[in-house]
Amino acid sequence: MKDILRLPFMLGPALGIVVLLFGGGLVVGLGQSLGYFPAIGLRDFTFEHYASVLTDSNFLRSLWLTFRIATVTTILSSVIAVGLALVLRQKFAGSRLSSFIFQIPLPVPHLVAASGIILLITQSGLIARFGTAVGILDTPADFPALVFDRAGIAIILTFLWKEVPFIGLVVLAILQSVGPQFEEQARTLGANARQRFFSVLLPLIMPGVLSTSIIVFAFTFANYEIPLLLGTRFPATLPVIAFRGYQDPDLALRPEAMAVSIVLAVVAVLLLVAYRRLARYAVK
Amino acid sequence: MTALDTRPPDAETQPEVFEDVTDPPSLIGRWTRRVAITSIVVFVGLPIFTLLIWSFAFRWNFPDLLPSEWGNRAWAYVASDSSRTFEGLWNSTKLAVLVTIMAIVVGLPASRALGQHDFRGKSTVEWLLMMPIIVPTLVATMGIHQIFIRMRLTETLFGVALVHLIPAIPYFVLVMASVFANYGTALEETAQSLGANKIQVFRYVTLPAISSGLLVASMFTFLISWGQYVTTLLIGGGTFVTLPLVLFPFLSGASHSNAAAISLVFVAPAIIVLILTSRQLGRDSSAMGGFGKL
Repeated sequence: MKDILRLPFMLGPALGIVVLLFGGGLVVGLGQSLGYFPAIGLRDFTFEHYASVLTDSNFLRSLWLTFRIATVTTILSSVIAVGLALVLRQKFAGSRLSSFIFQIPLPVPHLVAASGIILLITQSGLIARFGTAVGILDTPADFPALVFDRAGIAIILTFLWKEVPFIGLVVLAILQSVGPQFEEQARTLGANARQRFFSVLLPLIMPGVLSTSIIVFAFTFANYEIPLLLGTRFPATLPVIAFRGYQDPDLALRPEAMAVSIVLAVVAVLLLVAYRRLARYAVK
Repeated sequence: MTALDTRPPDAETQPEVFEDVTDPPSLIGRWTRRVAITSIVVFVGLPIFTLLIWSFAFRWNFPDLLPSEWGNRAWAYVASDSSRTFEGLWNSTKLAVLVTIMAIVVGLPASRALGQHDFRGKSTVEWLLMMPIIVPTLVATMGIHQIFIRMRLTETLFGVALVHLIPAIPYFVLVMASVFANYGTALEETAQSLGANKIQVFRYVTLPAISSGLLVASMFTFLISWGQYVTTLLIGGGTFVTLPLVLFPFLSGASHSNAAAISLVFVAPAIIVLILTSRQLGRDSSAMGGFGKL
């Protein structure tokens, strides 16, 4: 009973930061997107900024680009991470060293990952040099443009470099806490490796994969600096457009930038809630 | 023990849980493993290897495989005051340490409440605390920027730390709530019934039980702050310079060597943090497992 009385004090500070600070920031942004911006004399409630954003074909192209990059990254990183976790849980010569190397990207800042990937895969990068040395390429232009490309390959590669170990380590932690007994039972009952994976292991790790893939999708969908550095200027991803608009010296452009931001946030929440529902349903 | 364990092979060995489960390596199995491990080493190692070479390159024209002239010009630049690298390193460190302390102070009680208690509205509280993962922090930061201008918190260490705390809280709470849930309250109750006071219970029972998980949660918090770019740029107003802000201009091409050298300064403390905590990463599986409970 005493503990119940203490709960508000235990939860209060953390909730305060999230609700007041984070929530407050969102409310200010929402207000501006709806035309409430007293600093430049705007006080009238309006949907015109949303209307102009949502009917802009460039906005829709950016939304699609942002969605595509986040989706491809999420699917690829989840599948690769599960595969590698299944290899890394085995014991073999060098397994500890391999696991340590697998962890390295985890603490590396995204900007450093981007920095390394740029120097590696531009048309004059290390891989292109190697291709020239073995005689596959003659000039830098023979190497495909992987940075500043329409498909966002450099962006996706950078995210994969960072997120595969994240999902992989969570899957490994789940496998460790579950232990081997279920698999051993299944084996005793005559299940082959394939059946053990799909009927025993996958259901055990799915909740973890689902939850980390939500984190990865949310992160890549809203990331600003990686697509700014490695992507095309046009179309740019939504976070890039939103922040560019926010930083514009012309304050009259700000309500529209905030409308882009709010749409970005709403789409992110809707997609993630729908994904979570669907996946929970599918797992059951 | 597990694949997460990175102790040297001569350290005490624990029973191998998965030894009997994974199939005895068939020829295909062994080759799959070799290909997978080689891919990991190459994919993880190449970008870092490239940065290392570039940081010591003086002249490296296409298509030379290695620099034609080596030198430490980039490192001399990094060491100079004009590069602001040391200022950035110092600010980044202060900031990440402050954010970690703040996350522990506000996050530890909240994690305990969520991990060990059931109460009405618990799922609402969980959802609220997880919001900064789902709703882009960038969007809220723009609004906070305008609030902070009025409160004179922009361009200050504390203001930037408060904003870094927002994305850190949900991750910290995910990890620590899982650790608290896993460990339960039975031991504490026993200690209490044996006459230990609250401070003794925390110091001798709770803290040792959660220390591995707390280290993992603190590492994540430190690294979240360490890697922040756009929130620092906005709230710090460009005058509060951290390492990502020092690095960023060089990434758009000015000098590959300088970009590489600053990148390595930026990544070194992070790798040290990983080496210090990687044993704990494998020790308490409920900590990393916490990310699987969103």
